Amino acid sequence: MANIESAFVDLGLLDALAARDSIVHRLDPRVKVMTAALFVLCVVSFDKYVIAAMLPFALFLSLVLGLAGIPARFVLKRLVLVAPFAVLLGLFNPFFDRQILLHLGPVAVSGGWLSFLSILLRFGLTVGAMLTLIAVTGFNGVCMAMEKMGMPKIFAVQLLLLYRYIFVLADEGQRMHRARALRSFDGRGTGITTYGHLIGGLLLRTLDRAQRIHLAMLCRGFDGTIRTSRPPRLVARDVLLFALACLLLIAMRRYDCSLLLGQFLTELVP
Amino acid sequence: MSHHIVEVQDLSYTYPDGAAAVRGISFRIHHGESVAVVGANGAGKSTLLLHLNGALTPQRGSVRIGDFPLTKATLRDIRRTVGMIFQDPDDQLFMPTVFEDVAFGPLNLGLPPEEVEQRVLASLARVGVEHLRDRPPYKLSGGEKRAVSIAAVLAMSPDILVMDEPSANLDPRARRTLIELLAGFHHTKIIATHDLDLVLDLCPRTIVIREGQIMADGPTRDIFTNDRLLEESHLDKPLRMQACPVCSGSMARKAEDAGSAHEH
Repeated sequence: MANIESAFVDLGLLDALAARDSIVHRLDPRVKVMTAALFVLCVVSFDKYVIAAMLPFALFLSLVLGLAGIPARFVLKRLVLVAPFAVLLGLFNPFFDRQILLHLGPVAVSGGWLSFLSILLRFGLTVGAMLTLIAVTGFNGVCMAMEKMGMPKIFAVQLLLLYRYIFVLADEGQRMHRARALRSFDGRGTGITTYGHLIGGLLLRTLDRAQRIHLAMLCRGFDGTIRTSRPPRLVARDVLLFALACLLLIAMRRYDCSLLLGQFLTELVP
Repeated sequence: MSHHIVEVQDLSYTYPDGAAAVRGISFRIHHGESVAVVGANGAGKSTLLLHLNGALTPQRGSVRIGDFPLTKATLRDIRRTVGMIFQDPDDQLFMPTVFEDVAFGPLNLGLPPEEVEQRVLASLARVGVEHLRDRPPYKLSGGEKRAVSIAAVLAMSPDILVMDEPSANLDPRARRTLIELLAGFHHTKIIATHDLDLVLDLCPRTIVIREGQIMADGPTRDIFTNDRLLEESHLDKPLRMQACPVCSGSMARKAEDAGSAHEH
């Protein structure tokens, strides 16, 4: 709670990145959401021992990051933060799957190690793609796009309000936490009961605030629909770039580009 | 113009927990008037304000805004006519950016996008915060939030402005800017506040409320010089009308000559 700034999704920084301007930022949010979805679909549908064929996808991701001017540090830092989950998932593969599949010079590599690395790579690519999507579209843009593509309106409104008020909630929670910390000594008053009361208080405050917000919305004519003044419009460039991205992603999924490149290079060198 | 009148007759409201917040209040506010509603904490100010745009419906008595009585059928018109500015701007600014927030009301009125954009820019300019249009509301300072929440209400072009503690949590400079801004509005204004110096600047008329009833309703100057009334209503004279501690101490004689209730 006290260190919300350094959380996995640093909302303030995300907003700042999403507010930049680049060819990627200017694309219609729907195009970006669809492309990201296709990207993830392609990556997760690879066979479990595949590594090399996935590498072109990393190239694709860095191309988008480069075009959008998003520092790679932003994505990498967050990947490292959540990496333990992926490591845990694949940790036992090398022990159970000991069949030798590959010889790298004198080193024999078992199937378990290959699938472990494959999981790590998939994880990096998919989470990286989602982070990049939000960094170039903004949370609200993603919400709006999903609503336009058929997500129930009520979810979109919920997500938008959640995103707006998470700062206020964090602030209130932090103040209560600090007030408690200032009057607890020698570990007394830090027990689970105190936290129970704290959370209860926070819930009541939140309910009160929700009521006031609803009232404020009613005062300005709210009828269940949040309207935007600038509905996103697909232009020719959006469609063209989307088609190009789809083609590229499907080609990378269909053909093992790393293998092709390797064969091409070996033929070049007699 | 009869449609900027606010008329409350014998209004009563008791909360479900049995607290009688408003007990038989009547007043009539005319077009273009600027009226302060003052009283102690829990005197019933907020409950009264909530009736003025239909957030609460009267249990007894009636509320008339302009030519309409407040009923379910007239709610939409009344909410457009009465612009409500809440005490905590965070409650009022719920959209992702300042522009979208100010556009929220006009879009709900069904105005075309060009007209909405025009109105948003005009109201942001009116309160002097055009430069904030693409910022998220949670990153603004208290004064900026207040200004934007006023712009959000202005964009609906209301005839009557109702404000709950507009100067709460503002630093002195932001408070001064707010007072100057409000002084420039020609709307009918109803301001509930503890800031009696603000009342002195903005409202020629004051209504004093105590325990859900009207204690006094009259010219602000008369009310603020009635020491007994202020004492009974848990209020203090505005600082500007109190004797200056410096003068009445070291320069006591001078202060006596000038009279005790002078301004600095």
